Amino acid sequence: MDDKRFKKRVLFLILYLVFAILPVYWMVNMSFKTNEEILSTFSLWPQHFTFEHYKTIFTDVSWYSGYINSMIYVAINTVVSLLVALPAAYAFSRYSFLGDKHVFFWLLTNRMTPPAVFLLPFFQLYTTLGLMDTHIAVAMAHLLFNVPLAVWILEGFMSGVPREIDETAYIDGYSFPRFFLTIYIPLIKAGVGVAAFFCFMFSWVELLMARTLTSVNAKPIVATMTRTVSASGMDWGVLAAAGVLTIVPGAIVIWFVRNYIAKGFAMGRV
Amino acid sequence: MKPVNQKAWLLILPVVLCVAFSAILPLMTVVNYSVQDIISPERRVFVGTEWFKAVMRDDDLQGALIRQIGFSLAVLAVEIPLGIALALSMPARGWQASAVLVVVAISLLIPWNVVGTIWQIYGRTDIGLLGAALSKLGIDYSYTGNATDAWLTVLVMDVWHWTPLVALLCYAGLRAIPDAYYQAARIDGASKFAVFRYIQLPKLRGVLMIAVLLRFMDSFMIYTEPFVLTGGGPGNATTFLSQYLTQKAVGQFDLGPAAAFSLIYFLIILLLCFVLYNWMQRVGTADKTEASHG
Repeated sequence: MDDKRFKKRVLFLILYLVFAILPVYWMVNMSFKTNEEILSTFSLWPQHFTFEHYKTIFTDVSWYSGYINSMIYVAINTVVSLLVALPAAYAFSRYSFLGDKHVFFWLLTNRMTPPAVFLLPFFQLYTTLGLMDTHIAVAMAHLLFNVPLAVWILEGFMSGVPREIDETAYIDGYSFPRFFLTIYIPLIKAGVGVAAFFCFMFSWVELLMARTLTSVNAKPIVATMTRTVSASGMDWGVLAAAGVLTIVPGAIVIWFVRNYIAKGFAMGRV
Repeated sequence: MKPVNQKAWLLILPVVLCVAFSAILPLMTVVNYSVQDIISPERRVFVGTEWFKAVMRDDDLQGALIRQIGFSLAVLAVEIPLGIALALSMPARGWQASAVLVVVAISLLIPWNVVGTIWQIYGRTDIGLLGAALSKLGIDYSYTGNATDAWLTVLVMDVWHWTPLVALLCYAGLRAIPDAYYQAARIDGASKFAVFRYIQLPKLRGVLMIAVLLRFMDSFMIYTEPFVLTGGGPGNATTFLSQYLTQKAVGQFDLGPAAAFSLIYFLIILLLCFVLYNWMQRVGTADKTEASHG
């Protein structure tokens, strides 16, 4: 029976992967076509193969600086989110204290504000602080939705770790920081990996805040992309090429955290 | 029971400060807008709850709210089971695991405006793969002309875009289950379904709660993708709440009513999430007591 079941599983997985990859293939396909070809003919692969769109992006500083700006604030944001979220998630998962449940839920409510109207106060706040058009401003604004997410994910994983492990470590004479870094974090690797990836991802694709808080020096790639819509129509090819290139850094990140996610709990080693 | 320790506040203080910094002032500003008639930055009149009353009477808003709730429920009904199934069928180790993880995660990494644009081409019957395939099959498909097609296209696009979020969370949750549990189940001779129902599902409760809440609130605020794909049409079949709000805030420069709308919107999401959260926690704990009795 296992063999049959296994086949069904693999079949389902392959079907899903095809469903997942086809739109991406279409984007890659578009990025190598000329704009005339994209709009005029249906073709499964490029008839007039061109690197023109990629060349536009790699040779124009206003294009490729967008990628660099995005990477800078996303990196700051991910690191800060995880650093503040780890101890907080530990506190939520291990202790009761005044208002713990309320604070925990309040954190998540910060993800529920519809952005359209909130952008103006954000703009005013960061202008007053003199942080407009800096990477710090975007990184700080993105903490609003990434920190709660990281706390919630990490808390979920930490609650799954039996409390006996903490107690055993104390009896064995571990100091708290040493216990936390060398025993506890490896135990919740999967959670840390997922939290890091999600912080990266949400900050990477966020458009409205990033666009509001920047103009030139810290302009992110997602905002630069909106340039492809102009009076003369859409520049579909460049947009597709830029889209393909936005996947690359994230794919690298997930490649690096994959071992954290895939290996997970390692009780045997404690 | 968790031990009471007020010093734990020191551990959560950095988080509270980080979030409060960007949360409280903007929220207060929006509350401030919502009770004033802002004629120009210098001329403001206090109008009390007038905007709130006006928003509550708005028929278009009620239509958008009903469409929104329907859409979010459909999103949850498809993405949560599909995400769990996907996580269960993903390989656990080896290079296949890495490759599948990367492929599954790709759709999450595409900026939302590009997602909409790609699907705009992808769904066209003349130049897009999906549209062309559907019309080859003899289906009269048009996401710009037919309301049902448009709604389904937005839903399928959302499923394509966001199911990986559920799947990745569940996958990491599954990997965090110690082998000892499976060994115990094997000794008991438990069926696959029993393993899923009594070991995997309870252990996934934490991540599933996050997945459900995240997908619910994000789909409730969906804006960019349907805006780019269908522009809310045909008619208003895919005009969801946030698009209606943006029309009000940006299109009509009506800051007061838009702020009141935002706050009501926020409170609706808050209320629904609170209900979902408490309900899921109740279900989870009921499960636990049942398991310990049985």
